[in-house]
Amino acid sequence: MDALTLARLQFGITTVYHFFFVPLSLGLSIMVALMQTIYVTRGDEKYKQMAKFWGKLLLINFAMGVVTGIVQEFQFGMNWSEYSRFVGDIFGAPLAVEALVAFFIESTFLGVWIFGWDKLSKRVHLAAIWLVAIAANISAFWILVANSFMQNPVGYTIAESGRAEMTDFFALIQNPNVWLQFPHVVLGGLTTAAFFVLGISAFHLLRNKTGDLQPFYASVRMGLIIGTVAVLATMLFGHAQGQRMADTQPMKLASAEGLWESEDPAGLSMFQIGNEKDRTSIVNIRIPSLLSFLSYNTPDGMVHGINQLQAEYEAQYGPGDYVPPAIWLTYWSFRAMVGAGVLMFVLGIVGSIRFFRNNLGNGKGKWLLRLLMVAIFLPYLANTTGWLLTEMGRQPWIVQGLMTIDQAISPNVTIEMLWISLIGFTLIYGLLMVADIYLLQKYARHNMDGGDTLIPWAGSSEPENAENKARYEGAY
Amino acid sequence: MDLQAFQTLWFLLIAVLFTGFLFLEGFDYGVGILLPFVARKDEERRIVINTIGPVWDGNEVWLLTAGGAMFAAFPNWYATLFSGFYLALFLILVALIVRGVAFEFRSKDNAPRWRSLWDWAIFIGSALPALLWGVAFGNILRGVAIDASMTYVGTFFDLLNPYSLVGGLVTLTLFILHGALFLELKTDGVIQERVSSFARRLWLPVTLVAVVFVVLSLFETDILENLNPANVLGLVAAVAGLLATGYFIFKARYGRAFLGTSLTVVGVVALIFGTLFPRVMPSTLGFDLTIYNASSSFYTLQVMSVIALTLVPVVLAYQAWSYWVFRKRLTTESHLEY
Repeated sequence: MDALTLARLQFGITTVYHFFFVPLSLGLSIMVALMQTIYVTRGDEKYKQMAKFWGKLLLINFAMGVVTGIVQEFQFGMNWSEYSRFVGDIFGAPLAVEALVAFFIESTFLGVWIFGWDKLSKRVHLAAIWLVAIAANISAFWILVANSFMQNPVGYTIAESGRAEMTDFFALIQNPNVWLQFPHVVLGGLTTAAFFVLGISAFHLLRNKTGDLQPFYASVRMGLIIGTVAVLATMLFGHAQGQRMADTQPMKLASAEGLWESEDPAGLSMFQIGNEKDRTSIVNIRIPSLLSFLSYNTPDGMVHGINQLQAEYEAQYGPGDYVPPAIWLTYWSFRAMVGAGVLMFVLGIVGSIRFFRNNLGNGKGKWLLRLLMVAIFLPYLANTTGWLLTEMGRQPWIVQGLMTIDQAISPNVTIEMLWISLIGFTLIYGLLMVADIYLLQKYARHNMDGGDTLIPWAGSSEPENAENKARYEGAY
Repeated sequence: MDLQAFQTLWFLLIAVLFTGFLFLEGFDYGVGILLPFVARKDEERRIVINTIGPVWDGNEVWLLTAGGAMFAAFPNWYATLFSGFYLALFLILVALIVRGVAFEFRSKDNAPRWRSLWDWAIFIGSALPALLWGVAFGNILRGVAIDASMTYVGTFFDLLNPYSLVGGLVTLTLFILHGALFLELKTDGVIQERVSSFARRLWLPVTLVAVVFVVLSLFETDILENLNPANVLGLVAAVAGLLATGYFIFKARYGRAFLGTSLTVVGVVALIFGTLFPRVMPSTLGFDLTIYNASSSFYTLQVMSVIALTLVPVVLAYQAWSYWVFRKRLTTESHLEY
């Protein structure tokens, strides 16, 4: 493999991996903050148990998101030095702002929250988790401001030196792209967290072991409400993004749809086997006019095809291949993302109907509880394929219309160095994934009131523990 | 303010961010390195980790902010440094990943092998960056092979020259001492005794390494041609800090001794950045990266200045508050949740 492929592979692996953890942290921090708010305002102990239980899982997940995020910030300079020189004037700013406004708050107050249960007043301690949740989501905003510049560059000029330079910071944060992408991501995070909470709670309701299941019922209620609303809203923002894409990144839309030739009206492909070499389709089952309708809200309207766009771009940017490298991937990613979204919405609706009619749990609706357990994976599928579509669909551009990926790579990073880092990161990430899943499933199995296992020092052999435990329980 | 003033301001600001990073993360690297040696029983280890538990993540953000600031204000510095020191940074990243996860994962399972695994992850994850940051700054100070296109054209092994390795030893040993003194302030009983004895034995090696480094710097860098108030004062502060540390360790006044190592860290950063100015990465090939040719546009620097100068004081305020919340010594009587 050549250096460019290796560097792309490494970026893809480390970024997808990073985003396994981020959405859950974004959403679950909000949900834990909500639980703790209910505890503090109503004094309902059940919600304190919930905040602690889900908070524990949040922390295990959070750590992974944080440490893999460091790689993201350094990787641009390490592997994409020419990109960094070209856009640093613009791209570096949101990253620096992110660190200053969000990352500092998040990391400082997470420490305060973890260690502050009995050191702070209830309200100050509650404020700490809210600060973590808000800062984490603000952090996502700044990252998406940076990413949106790559999708839809605004507020810049190309200087004499050939570099892109910022001319309008506010244009950058008002980029129409970010105001669709940011809610899409935040709501996707809430969806992820809601289905995580639902799936694990479903496990406990199914198991129906002795012990108080009330906190899990309360978790299911919260998960169903938040999950159903969030997944619907995520899809609506996603739809709006698709419509924008038709204007700003038509090649990405065409590759998401596997649309080789321009059409008016354009049909929506439901299942396609294509020939990427000849850029034609072999089998294609379609619903007439639907793609035009989804793009423009009218039954007709020209949707540009890959082959026409390629010709257009050659005329505009000079000879070259402007087609994303793996149409099958963008095409199926899009379908996986939408399919997962629709499935979650259906599960949310069916689950809500049964739950609020007291038809879920306590031996009822076992099939649905089992489905909800499996559904933990759906948001992960949607999050990952969503980013694959967003980033792969933009190729070969690293900044849409301004710089291609082959111009962006560090000239002095050798293939050997790339192999070392690629293998190194992959290995470490793989091992950490094993440890992370081990811990998540271990803590997810615990009962909320089953006492011991949730109280961290229990089970250790130190004699002082009984005393500590007593002090802990008397602390409130 | 004109462009040059902003460039100077951002050079200063990045120096400040690195000072914050090395001062804060310096002691938590030290604590991580000392962990297997000053704490033997599980509960002791828990205490030692809890001394930095609430704050290490916030400390590390100083590095991320320094990186982000470099990217925003001096993209060419960021690009040259990070692509040039590729493998070194890869190792630092792996260390930071393993270390951060270890703090979180360690307590989540009781099996002794699980705990010991993560304790050693904390050790290596702290020791490696403590060493490598020194190596990196040694190389920056000494100058590396940067060509006309601002690209580092040397190899990884060129970075492992004796001078820079001594630089690595300076940060490694200084951070261990800094961490030992921090632990001394945050613990009691048997851990405190072990830490004090470490601190007493560490002072001389730290000082010797530092002296060797300063002497080598006279030959290996162009510090003598670049004497200015910043690096002279920095050197004076570093030396005074170390002497004070020794004196107060001897007097068993550990709070003051910790201020001594803190002063040394600040002095070292001033020494490095003062010597570099206005360069950010001297080149051995004659193509120095400076704050002028590496910087962002006037507009970006202006916008970022407004944001940074507003926010940094706020950050300092709430980080200081978080240290205040967790100011107490940790003992076996403490609530060791977590």
